[in-house]
Amino acid sequence: MSKVLGLKCKECGEVYATNGIHVCELCFGPLEVALDYDHIRSVISREKIENGPISLWRYVDLLPVESGWDSDVRVGFTPLQYAPRLGAAIGLKNLYVKNDSVNPTYSFKDRPVAIAVTKARELGYTVFACASTGNLASAVAAAGVKAEMETYVFLPSDVEAGKITNAAVYGANLIAVNGTYDQLNRLCSEIADEEEWAFCNINVRPYYAEGSKTLAFETVEQLGWRAPDHVVVPIASGALYTKIAQGFEEMVTVGLIDGQSVRVSGAQAAGCGPVAAAFAAGEDAFEPVRQPETVAKSLAIGNPADGNYSLEVARRTGGVIESVTDAETVEGIKLLAATEGIFTEAAGGVTIATLRKLAANGAIGEDEVTVAYVTGNGLKTQEAVDGHVSVTMTIQPTIGSFEDALEDKQEAVLAQAAR
Amino acid sequence: MATVRIPSQLRNLVDGERKLRVTGGTIRAILDEIDAKHPGIKNRVLDEKGEPSAFVGVYVGGEDIRFLGGLDAEVPADAEVSIVPAAAGG
Ligand SMILES: Cc1ncc(COP(=O)(O)O)c(C=O)c1O
Ligand SMILES: [Zn+2]
Repeated sequence: MSKVLGLKCKECGEVYATNGIHVCELCFGPLEVALDYDHIRSVISREKIENGPISLWRYVDLLPVESGWDSDVRVGFTPLQYAPRLGAAIGLKNLYVKNDSVNPTYSFKDRPVAIAVTKARELGYTVFACASTGNLASAVAAAGVKAEMETYVFLPSDVEAGKITNAAVYGANLIAVNGTYDQLNRLCSEIADEEEWAFCNINVRPYYAEGSKTLAFETVEQLGWRAPDHVVVPIASGALYTKIAQGFEEMVTVGLIDGQSVRVSGAQAAGCGPVAAAFAAGEDAFEPVRQPETVAKSLAIGNPADGNYSLEVARRTGGVIESVTDAETVEGIKLLAATEGIFTEAAGGVTIATLRKLAANGAIGEDEVTVAYVTGNGLKTQEAVDGHVSVTMTIQPTIGSFEDALEDKQEAVLAQAAR
Repeated sequence: MATVRIPSQLRNLVDGERKLRVTGGTIRAILDEIDAKHPGIKNRVLDEKGEPSAFVGVYVGGEDIRFLGGLDAEVPADAEVSIVPAAAGG
């Protein structure tokens, strides 16, 4: 395939053929897809993209597969929503929310999985698998079953009920592991070493990760072919964060936009914030977190594979990596819903709370064109807002009952105001 | 004796073995023991400062040695040690 040069070690530069491998034989460094940007520049154009499918496949020239195996499933090209009410609430004048909670399985994970399942089929694998913090499980189960592959998804047994139900419904093999994500990720790495399976985020991770670049591509196109000034991206492993940064750079490299720097900021939960902690301490390398404690279970990776690369991206682009508490996360979920009508999951709450913190402390300038990436759907993590939201009144089906309840409520409001 | 699971990337250094039996003690002692028989292993698992490489995870009974005292982590006689590439997950 002329646009793909091979897989290249991020550490020592060794180049490998595009097989199902993810680490360098020489140094254990991670492999990433090397694209032939000169070739891509000669075939890509804004017009071609604009006339392409209404999905992430409009950017296929920048992705490491020939074409999506199942392009009728509409992954990507999700709304970039102007967010003036959220902006006013937190002091930003040019704020947008990329609402990626409306993908086929309700998180951004459908993007990397679309590339992974296509590549897995190209490479001849018949078994598709993943190690998930919750959302990836649904994306892999849906895509693998539809692709008629034997599908195995592993997730921690203590994830939210909605994540289990969502992952289970497609009929894939769903394996709940009693342990942390990092423990099950290590287990899956050992399984991947023994079985000839396409493990999305293990041996086909280099292709999988490329899918997340499309969040940057879409943002640029949806802003009218300009990059934003500042973005805020949640970090678990750091794959999404580093690939969004790479996506903006590639748009410049292949000549779709003029050079413009994007400050890429990251969001973590305080109860599992190894990258934010290292950023704050000025370190180049994170210290792993053994036992994550956070409401944002989808971000609970204590040993993030791209943690150190994320630190590098933040410093190179002038971004900041911050963390927020569970209480701030819940406030973030409620604030996004109340201002912009989007119900996000706990990871989105972390992102919005971090955005708010960075706006308040001046890390994001009020005039900067800013995009917050909302990567998952609130209906999957209802436990996160349990006890924080409730029905306003419960009544009998009579007009009298309604009027009484309304009166009670108004009295309560007046009493509150008088205090 | 303890067991060490060797990842596919290192099997060419240990005559293709998936598992090695070792005397145990500490991770440092085990690496020395394997390296004496199969030179090169230490070079791949440790960085230039002789510390565990950021790109390789070493586990005793499933626990990351970074939480067990690093190379001084104790390896009980019946323990299972795993060496796993770090670039995974998420
Ligand atoms: C909703 C959501 N947002 C963000 C992330 C972070 O992704 P990454 O592991 O690429 O940093 C995840 C990871 O599972 C997720 O589920
Ligand atoms: Zn290398």
